[in-house]
Amino acid sequence: MRTNSTLRLLAAAAMACAITVGATACGSSDPAADGGGGKKDVKSALEKGGKVTVWAWEPTLKKVAADFEKKYPQVDIEIVNAGTGDKQYTALQNAIAAGSGAPDVAQIEYYAVGQFAIGESIEDLAPYGAAAHDKSFTTGPWSAVKYDKAVYALPMDSGPMALFYNKKVFDKHGVAVPTTWDEYVEAARTLHKADPKIFIGNDTGDAGATTSLIWQAGGRPYRTEGTDVTIDFSDAGTKTYTDTWQKLLDEDLLSPVSSWSDEWYKGLADGSIATLAIGAWMPANFTSGVASASGDWRAAPLPQWTKGKTASAENGGSSLAVPKAARNKELAYAFTEYATTGAGATSRIAEGAFPATRADLESKAFLDTPFPYFGGQQANKIFAGSARDVGTDWSYLPYQVYANSVFNDTVGKAYVSSTTLSQGLDAWQKSSIKYGTDQGFGVNK
Amino acid sequence: MTTNLADIPSNAADPAHRTPSARASRTTRTTGLRTPRRRPHTPLSPRRSVPLTLLTGLALVYALLPLIWLVINATKDEKGLLDSFGLWFGEDFTLWGNITRTLTYDDGVFVRWLLNTLLYVAAGAGGATLLAVLGGYALAKFSFPGRRAVFAVVIGAAAVPGTALAVPTFLMFSNLGLTNTPWAVIIPSLISPFGLYLMWVFASEAVPAELLEAARIDGSGELRTFFRIALPLLMPGIVTVLIFSMVATWNNYFLPLIMIKDPDWYPLTLGLNAWNSQAQTAGGDAVFDLIITGSLLTIVPIVVIFLLLQRYWQSGLAAGSVKE
Repeated sequence: MRTNSTLRLLAAAAMACAITVGATACGSSDPAADGGGGKKDVKSALEKGGKVTVWAWEPTLKKVAADFEKKYPQVDIEIVNAGTGDKQYTALQNAIAAGSGAPDVAQIEYYAVGQFAIGESIEDLAPYGAAAHDKSFTTGPWSAVKYDKAVYALPMDSGPMALFYNKKVFDKHGVAVPTTWDEYVEAARTLHKADPKIFIGNDTGDAGATTSLIWQAGGRPYRTEGTDVTIDFSDAGTKTYTDTWQKLLDEDLLSPVSSWSDEWYKGLADGSIATLAIGAWMPANFTSGVASASGDWRAAPLPQWTKGKTASAENGGSSLAVPKAARNKELAYAFTEYATTGAGATSRIAEGAFPATRADLESKAFLDTPFPYFGGQQANKIFAGSARDVGTDWSYLPYQVYANSVFNDTVGKAYVSSTTLSQGLDAWQKSSIKYGTDQGFGVNK
Repeated sequence: MTTNLADIPSNAADPAHRTPSARASRTTRTTGLRTPRRRPHTPLSPRRSVPLTLLTGLALVYALLPLIWLVINATKDEKGLLDSFGLWFGEDFTLWGNITRTLTYDDGVFVRWLLNTLLYVAAGAGGATLLAVLGGYALAKFSFPGRRAVFAVVIGAAAVPGTALAVPTFLMFSNLGLTNTPWAVIIPSLISPFGLYLMWVFASEAVPAELLEAARIDGSGELRTFFRIALPLLMPGIVTVLIFSMVATWNNYFLPLIMIKDPDWYPLTLGLNAWNSQAQTAGGDAVFDLIITGSLLTIVPIVVIFLLLQRYWQSGLAAGSVKE
């Protein structure tokens, strides 16, 4: 049901896009066309007031909404949890297609922004003043929301990757924290041999984690130029990743537990999953979901593919976008800007979110914050370093939500059968090419 | 006892040898066999069977274990849930705190979902029962052209699972512009082919035609006859249909799932699932303890309804099976 409606929608959107916009970046609009070239009148919208409905699952936005309402008493912000991740995207696609019920602001993860942008379902925020934030955000998140001159969303948080490890487990077995992925494989063997219940990590096939590690290894499988898309999983970076990860799979060194399941939370709590290579937003999830292991875990820089390098990648993170169907776009933008920059961003950081704003990432107060969960470690220093080292030029597919949904049918086979990771990635490439071609994109031509 | 047990292997084939009296003389053997005939097994004093007791016991454990797990784990906080053994209590007993937090979390959205569910049950299941009673009575007690056709349609409809109809129903309601409103859950719930069939069968047995004729002869109108004479006789059947449709509406997941996208109109089933998926993303709030406490709170009303209506329900199912 879900895939079908998304599919049809995308087909229509992409076709319309290909025909009307042609070779230029799809959906980008010229600021001059809007209201005589000036900035949209956000200020007077704030004075006039009104109601803004926000679809978001991020818990720290509640406080931001309350602060915003206090600052602008004319404005009423309603935060609606319309589902998490792709459940929300489906609801959003449906509401936009139905022509009613769409929110004024929606939380969209970076990997999905392209899909909504190219489907012309979210507003270009540049004419409202978003372009002025060119230097406000870190490179990774900013490049995920910006397409040519258009800015389709404002980054809410970011996920520079780090390695979270269970110090208790490593100390008990006298294993050093790995600094390269080769050492990681070695540590996996030692730990699993010492106690067969312990796995270095868990993986049952996770599109987000795989693309992030390819990103870190220097692979750039996706390229998008207007409606021309290239998908190529045969580059050197991807090979670096598959060579090492295949060892972990062949030797059964990864716990066959899916991320975000209750088993996963339990594994993180009882030490049977010893590390987690994931985005810097994870501490908030640790505190709320793995409370019982408080003090056991620490953060470390992400292991490197080449010894001595400092490469990193983004994993997860989301932005706030304004759907084209929003009733009061100026007001919606005002809230989006407030929640993602300045006071809004600072208040969200205080509640555990990881910033995408340069100013906050560089501030001493942020860097010096101790994490009681990590035994008082000033983990933000590691995360901020990782944010600086995020590899540039990465881009997701303009239909990444779909591609991720077929990840387990293709790459997932490598986890349960004799198929290798590279064969799995080949199959993923093929099915992504086929889908893209069917939708009217020029893929690998 | 010990001698008895020792004897069994050699004489196991002969049941009479199991009792000392049977062993004493061969003549008592026939008497021994006859003994059961003197006390025949009736439904009130059934024969005891060890394997059957064991099997029933297993079924009982199987049925109760999830419930026990739920009750025990509703007393733990998030930390205790992942930390302690699932089938025994954790260090802290936080049931009351959990309940308070469940009811107040996210501005008390749980209470809103509870009220929604009550609305769907009251309007949907209540309406379904009303329609089934009126329809069943009419089909049982009035003869009119097309009755057989109605019978065929009802039997046919009872065979189609609601899940298979959910998507076509969604498309229809979407065209009517009713999706995302409570109507999209209430209106489909009003139709209960099984309830109609049950009421029909029940009404033809429970309301004697002679009684209705007598009422008519005495000059009572059809409406008055229905309310004053037929309805009290139909009560056990009505309660049975009511309880069936209440449970079905209370537990309904798939229909609201495809009809309702606005969390303000979620029933409890969808709401708890939404809480569960919160733990599945970056920056999401993992609230497993609240989900478990919420699940416990969700089943309490249905248990209460069962206990309250059990008396009527049991008499309802048995009615008509024995000539009194």
